[in-house]
Amino acid sequence: MHPAPSVIIFTCISGLGFGLLTFLGLNFPDVSGWTAFWFFFIAFGLAVGGLVSSTFHLGNPQRAWKAFSQWRTSWLSREGVFAVLALMVMGLYALLVIFFDTKIAPLGWLGAALSLITAICTSMIYGQMKTVPRWNMSSTPVLYVMYSLAGGALLAGQMTAALVLIVFLTGFQIYAWMQGDKRFDEAGHTIESATGLGNLGKVRLLESPHSGENYLTKEMIHKIGRKHAMKLRIISALFLGVLPIFVMTFMEVHHIGAAVLVISHMIGLFISRWLFFAEAEHVVGLYYDKR
Amino acid sequence: MTALPASTPKKLGLAIDLDICVGCHACVINCKEWNTSNYGAPLGDQDAYGANPVGTFLNRIHTFEVKAPEQPAQTVHFPKSCLHCEDAPCVTVCPTGASYKRAEDGIVLVNESDCIGCGLCAWACPYGARELDAQEGVMKKCTLCVDRIYNENLPEEDREPACVRTCPANARHFGDFADPESNVSKMSAERGGLVLMEDQDTKPVNRYLPPRPKADIQTDGDIDILAPFLEPVADTPKGLLGWLDKALEAI
Amino acid sequence: MNHHQPDLDTSPEVSDEIRKTTCYMCACRCGINVHMKDGKVKYIEGNRDHPINKGVLCAKGSAGIMQHYSPARLKAPMKRVGERGEGKFEEISWDEAYEIATKWLKPLREKAPEKLAFFTGRDQSQSLTSMWAQNFGTPNYAAHGGFCSVNMAAAGIYTMGGAFWEFGAPDWERTKMFMIFGVAEDHDSNPIKMGLSKLKERGAKIVGVNPVRSGYNAIADEWVGITPGTDGLFVLSMIHVLLKAGKVDLEYLMRYTNAPMLVNMDPASDEHGLLLRDAKGEFMVADRKTGKPVSATKKGVKPAFTGEVTHKGTKYTPVFQLMTEKYLSEDYAPEAVAERCGISAETIRRLAAELAHTAFEEEIVLDQPWTDWRGVKHDKMIGRPVSFHGMRGISAHSNGFQTCRAIHLLQIILGSVEVPGGYRFKPPYPKSVDIHPTPHSMVTPGGPLNGPHLGFPRGPEDLALDATGKPIRIDKAFTWENPMSAHGMMHMVISNAHAGDPYKIDTLFMYMANMSWNSSMNSRGVMDMLTDKNEDGGYVIPHIIYSDAYSSEMVAYADLIFPDTTYLERHDCISLLDRPISEPEAMCDSIRWPVVEPDRDVRGFQTVVIQLGAKLGLPGFVDENGDALYKDYADYMVNHQRRPGVGPLAGWRGKDGSGSGRGEPNPEQLDKYIENGGFYMDHIPEDAMFFKPWNKAYQDWAVERGLFDKPSPYLFNLYVEPMAKFRLAAEGKGDIQPPEHLREQLLTCMDPFPTWWQPFEEQGVNCDEYPLHALTQRPAAMYHSWGSQNAWLRQIHGTNPLYVSGDVFEKHGFNEGDWAYLTSHHGKIKVPVVRMDALNPKTVWTWNAIGKRKGAWALDENAPEATKGFLLNHLIHELLPPKGDGLRWSNSDPITGQAAWYDLRVKIEKAPAEDQVSQPSMPAQTSPVGQGPKDIAYGEEF
Repeated sequence: MHPAPSVIIFTCISGLGFGLLTFLGLNFPDVSGWTAFWFFFIAFGLAVGGLVSSTFHLGNPQRAWKAFSQWRTSWLSREGVFAVLALMVMGLYALLVIFFDTKIAPLGWLGAALSLITAICTSMIYGQMKTVPRWNMSSTPVLYVMYSLAGGALLAGQMTAALVLIVFLTGFQIYAWMQGDKRFDEAGHTIESATGLGNLGKVRLLESPHSGENYLTKEMIHKIGRKHAMKLRIISALFLGVLPIFVMTFMEVHHIGAAVLVISHMIGLFISRWLFFAEAEHVVGLYYDKR
Repeated sequence: MTALPASTPKKLGLAIDLDICVGCHACVINCKEWNTSNYGAPLGDQDAYGANPVGTFLNRIHTFEVKAPEQPAQTVHFPKSCLHCEDAPCVTVCPTGASYKRAEDGIVLVNESDCIGCGLCAWACPYGARELDAQEGVMKKCTLCVDRIYNENLPEEDREPACVRTCPANARHFGDFADPESNVSKMSAERGGLVLMEDQDTKPVNRYLPPRPKADIQTDGDIDILAPFLEPVADTPKGLLGWLDKALEAI
Repeated sequence: MNHHQPDLDTSPEVSDEIRKTTCYMCACRCGINVHMKDGKVKYIEGNRDHPINKGVLCAKGSAGIMQHYSPARLKAPMKRVGERGEGKFEEISWDEAYEIATKWLKPLREKAPEKLAFFTGRDQSQSLTSMWAQNFGTPNYAAHGGFCSVNMAAAGIYTMGGAFWEFGAPDWERTKMFMIFGVAEDHDSNPIKMGLSKLKERGAKIVGVNPVRSGYNAIADEWVGITPGTDGLFVLSMIHVLLKAGKVDLEYLMRYTNAPMLVNMDPASDEHGLLLRDAKGEFMVADRKTGKPVSATKKGVKPAFTGEVTHKGTKYTPVFQLMTEKYLSEDYAPEAVAERCGISAETIRRLAAELAHTAFEEEIVLDQPWTDWRGVKHDKMIGRPVSFHGMRGISAHSNGFQTCRAIHLLQIILGSVEVPGGYRFKPPYPKSVDIHPTPHSMVTPGGPLNGPHLGFPRGPEDLALDATGKPIRIDKAFTWENPMSAHGMMHMVISNAHAGDPYKIDTLFMYMANMSWNSSMNSRGVMDMLTDKNEDGGYVIPHIIYSDAYSSEMVAYADLIFPDTTYLERHDCISLLDRPISEPEAMCDSIRWPVVEPDRDVRGFQTVVIQLGAKLGLPGFVDENGDALYKDYADYMVNHQRRPGVGPLAGWRGKDGSGSGRGEPNPEQLDKYIENGGFYMDHIPEDAMFFKPWNKAYQDWAVERGLFDKPSPYLFNLYVEPMAKFRLAAEGKGDIQPPEHLREQLLTCMDPFPTWWQPFEEQGVNCDEYPLHALTQRPAAMYHSWGSQNAWLRQIHGTNPLYVSGDVFEKHGFNEGDWAYLTSHHGKIKVPVVRMDALNPKTVWTWNAIGKRKGAWALDENAPEATKGFLLNHLIHELLPPKGDGLRWSNSDPITGQAAWYDLRVKIEKAPAEDQVSQPSMPAQTSPVGQGPKDIAYGEEF
């Protein structure tokens, strides 16, 4: 799949934002006043920024409001609905915390739950895609939620939680990569099965429908990224987990250290998310004999 | 709405005959020609006369080569457009309700005024049947020429999809797969119509009629049947000419 | 949950009006319905009533909108202001354009008409253009058949009075086995596709003989992946097998062919090799009862097929016996040819057996009485349901004429021509070679030529040679090097004119032929010839006039441009005098008419020819007062009469419009055509539908319609006597003698029976060094170079890889995305390669005419057509590699002069991909029309 920057940025930072909101809703850290303002500012900035960024890849963003209508069937619609609900609830919660120094815990919990559900909805946009076997597995929602929580914990300054979550996340990410590598073959899709011509022999594409590119090949067939996948996975794992874990375990984390931690984790996150798209193979590629 | 109708009384679709498709692209271009100035937004072409021309097409032909060990390879032309699936994943993923499956005939359409161009439906389609038009920002797909098949401004014989009407090799047939007596149902039953990517559980309506066996592939035994026809009438040219005289007398 | 869906208007207005005309996106000439909306073309579809396409339309036809609105359209007449080849022009008025042309041409006509060479390309108005040239007086006229189809046309006409290509068709409704040789998407493509579909429906067998399994061959029930240039050998081997088994239709041969005619066997005779005739000029045969020669027309005669008779002291043998002796030679045994052809001996035998089985065991009997020209009544029509078709893969070889004849011979011995289930001709064919014209070339300054330029020579007396034996024509057609060059040799014109051999010319006038690019061999050499200058600074070819509708590569090489219209803006007639759209069961013709008025200062080329003819005062174009006879082409189409009552259009003739084929001009004729959908069709009666050359009802019907002026039945020529006449001359007999160096070639090649020789380029190069054959095929979605300006079609074929067989691919260690050098004896190109297993292992091929020159066709200079596309033309030379005898041998068929495009031999080697640009890469031409828009969205306005 084409790793579109707008989608990568959206899923990464809105995930972080909702992760942070989850922690804030659960009252970690226990803050108020200006400190609370800045935490909420960062959380909302990331969550809303991500959502805005996601509209950049829309053909007709002016109609984006229509996307709230199909929550019964569409994960994308659900994501929109839950994101708005989460933001509204957490907005009210934040308003009370910052300006009225009032914490209504159940409201926070509700907000935290909605934030987490939003992250799950995001993950299911990908996880539901049978056409992309690498996404279409149970590890996808787990991974998205863990990214959201681990990043949220880090941003919320919950070092112990962050350490545990990042350890698990890194391990799970490596597991997901390895599982993902097998998924396409396990799903059993081949050019022979796609064309139904397998009984006649081995199938290969002789001539593409058009000699140049088209929307499908640009959007869903991305071979270049896969060439360097292994290197990128290692780099991602280093920044995502190894470096932060090392820092958190062996070093005293101050403000600058925390910034380094967050940036390192985010670099790892961005690379892994880029790989999430770039490594994902859509079954339509079979018709173009591109795997 | 993005919910699928529980069932449709008609299942309109195409039977595409891979045995006769010569890969001439007539259906591809006639489809483009009809649809660029009819239903919905035009089908744009970017960099039309430039270095990387890319346009929106609703129907494309792939050419495959198929080879069994120790046999000559064969070439199969493979047209591909929307299969109007019964369980169309492209419909259910749509966040705005722009994508829908018509309750009356099962045609899968995009209501472009609701389409935000998120592209998710194209991702959900295993067949590559949907293309986002870069100029209009809306998703385009085969409409089964819904603006032709019921169109009272067209003579009755022309109320079929443009690709079917134009196909010089008669490789495309339009009909109702819900009716077991329809042309397409019968054809598909007779020829073992293929369901594409059955494992995706999309229940496509369109069927592909597979190539018939080729005589140059696995030819064992053929020669014996006809060998008597080539039994020489004589061993020498002279003998042959003698035979000829007799044969001529018989006329 | 409830399902909601929007209301949808399923009956929108389609268009304001439908205008029916004839397609010209290729040479197929389908009928089209042009839907008009707000004065613009909205949609083009096939016309269901039309005899050619019956409603269907191919990719090209469906992309007509993009051609009609192409940014490459020329806008106004232009004169060159830069150097030739640069592409710098100034737009001028039509008056000035005519003035320039007249200034160049008028003096030539007065003093030396041969200094004008007028050659037209893919147009189909040769009956007009040839008349113009004839009245101008130049012998130098032809259309593009010489590099296209002449082997097929000539072989067909000489053998059976009709040809493959689009001049006949299998009986699609009845044939049970169909063999196609070398057929890609050339002419008649929609009818062939429709026909193949019918065969599939009926379960008839389709055999595709082609090195490449694409298109029709992909869907054939059996693919015979023959090695290029060996089709003749393959066919003659099947003939060997069939003859040996006695599987021939003797009755058919006796009645309808010259099988029993007697050949003079005396090498000393002045008529050696010629057929015996009686005093009245009638052919003679040997009476089986008496063994004596008698007139073939004698009532009740039973001719012998074998034996030897003596007449007036000379020995004669029947054609059939000679044929049998020739083909029974073990040289033609399947085992002897298998390796060379790349087809196993078993396959050759099996296919021959299948043909025999189908022809003789599955014969068709129609309960349709008919009467032959001898007056004999037949109560049934007996058919042999095997049919054949051949095209460029046969035609474009230096042995193409004889190969095509071999296929005809096979058809004829199976009794399968003009019978139910067999191959049938389309009116005005069948038409004996005897009533076709002979070539004419006698020049009288200031006056017309002595007759039509092109024709079918009957012997050396018809050659276009002057008293000293020098060629009269600039293309050297009708000379000893290629005596039967019935379509001229357009591909030699520029090379000969540049070399001043046989003489220099002043003005080269061409239409719709991309000679500086894909329509020439040795394209780069041609560019140099067109731009080469004399010592005095003038161009070697002083004036070039060119007409085209689009900014093709050739435009830049002209001094004066006549901008043509698009096909939707013009009048045209697809005439029975030219290449009509008839079907085997009906005589048809059609028109084009301006369904859209031009929005530029352009004129249809035929109108230009007529107006220029009037300005030059040419007979046939001006009346006795010197006033123009015709205003434009439309006027000519209606009012010109070739013979009294016979004109360009056959339909609705006569004052009341009731005449078919004959009748005085009818001023309402074009309206009638338009009313009828742009075409005219007159069905052949049931009893005249088959056996046309010998069918009294057909002959009478054809005469009534003016196809010919008296019944002209004839026999098929297994043995082509005119060839024997040329051979006789080569033996030293007669006054007109070939040059010494050509005697041997003539003796071998002018065999009156089909024969086979190794293609000339193979003979001339070291085949170990150049082990591969290289071919092009025309893609279904492109027509010549036209398609690349078409925004829709160019997305399908924007590049053309070289397809390489699996064997070669692996041997050279190629990988996906690799590039290769392809080298011939003449040149070297760099191209992208793609593996293809369904390919003859000794063959590489690519799509034809995709490669473009930078700057042409209103495309971006970095268009893939210019950077990755390529032409094989750079590897092909118009001359063969030197043989060391100091002579120039042309790379063409020695009988017809047909350009031998497909004889090309190459070697391949891996090339560094580097910049991934194909070589040679020519500098850009300046585009006289600028470049097309960035993005388009046609149909927005509707």
